[in-house]
Amino acid sequence: MSEAPKGGGYIRDAWLVIALALVFGGGLAGVQTALSGRIAENKQQETYSVIPDLVEGADAGGTVELVVKGKDGKDARVYKVMGTDGAHRGWVVPARGQGFADRVEILVGLDAELATITGLYVLDQKETPGLGDYITSEGFRDRFRGRPADAPVVIVKGEPKAENEVKALTGATISSESVAGIVNEALANLREPILTQSGAG
Amino acid sequence: MAQEEPTALERFINGILPENPVYRQLLGMCPTLAVTNGMEPAMTMVAATAFVLICANVMTSAIRGLLKPHLRILVFTMTIAAFVTIADRLLAAYMYDMSKQLGPYVPLIIVNCIIIARCEVCASKQSVRVAFGDAVGQSIGFGLGLATIATVREILGSGTWLGLHVLPASWPGWGIMVLPPGAFLTLGLLLGIAEWLSRRRGRAST
Repeated sequence: MSEAPKGGGYIRDAWLVIALALVFGGGLAGVQTALSGRIAENKQQETYSVIPDLVEGADAGGTVELVVKGKDGKDARVYKVMGTDGAHRGWVVPARGQGFADRVEILVGLDAELATITGLYVLDQKETPGLGDYITSEGFRDRFRGRPADAPVVIVKGEPKAENEVKALTGATISSESVAGIVNEALANLREPILTQSGAG
Repeated sequence: MAQEEPTALERFINGILPENPVYRQLLGMCPTLAVTNGMEPAMTMVAATAFVLICANVMTSAIRGLLKPHLRILVFTMTIAAFVTIADRLLAAYMYDMSKQLGPYVPLIIVNCIIIARCEVCASKQSVRVAFGDAVGQSIGFGLGLATIATVREILGSGTWLGLHVLPASWPGWGIMVLPPGAFLTLGLLLGIAEWLSRRRGRAST
């Protein structure tokens, strides 16, 4: 049973595995294509429902979607949040990146001048249950409120001393740093483009 | 050793109680503990697992003639992974809130031992009809297992069942039941009861 096949024997032996890989790959690509629209819609709905928590005085119905070209040259969708009085209250920027286990998708709430982070919401994550998944908890997300948006957020293990420091989650340093990294990257990429391209201030 | 192989009906009935995956085989313990803090996530998990189990069993049985012994586990795993991904995407598209609540446990169905055990024990050796019956029976058994645990945990922990209040509002809600320790306690106690019941039935029939 353990004789090694001669010549191209390995490939011949594994033809079923290779064929199945191609068939399943194609099938999954088809499923993803068919469903990605609906999934994106669901995420969109979730985004809109969460915006009032991210920007103070927001009127979810008055949110305007804008497409801004980031510093990396790619188009990014951002949300201009208006208040119930019609005044411009702030921005919500979707951001994504690699977490500890899998991709993490977040929404960053900012004030109208893009000077301060007003809120953070985790749309999607697959971090370790009981440890990394505390990044979704209000306690962790609140630590980002009030941080300046023009300097990178730094995760520290002790008590935060500077304005741009955020305390890490115990036992989930990499997840915490991933979230900070995603926020910093998105702000570095989009902060100035949003200010210039939208003509807002 | 020409033993008669179980028929589709026998496989189906066996999966519900005699070879119950949770209480007799003690397989799939991870979702059993993780998502049974409420009936709704538990039943969604059962539905997703049933979908994967049935599809994987049927597909494995259909190609059982082509399987090479030293590559069969690889084929099982690939088949299961493909169907789990489909189930995960369907949940994200049509039951988004539940998908978020179940989180990483839906992709973890890939490593649920019930599914690969059925592929190995039944689907790779018997016809599609038998494999289908086996998958449906095991799914019902899994559902029974999760339903019993989730019922205990949800009623004692939140005073609700399927989200509806069944206990008066004065019920304090045993927080431990909603957390992992409560899962272990409930599972352990129910396993003991299941074992006692099966021994009693064994004594009664002798």
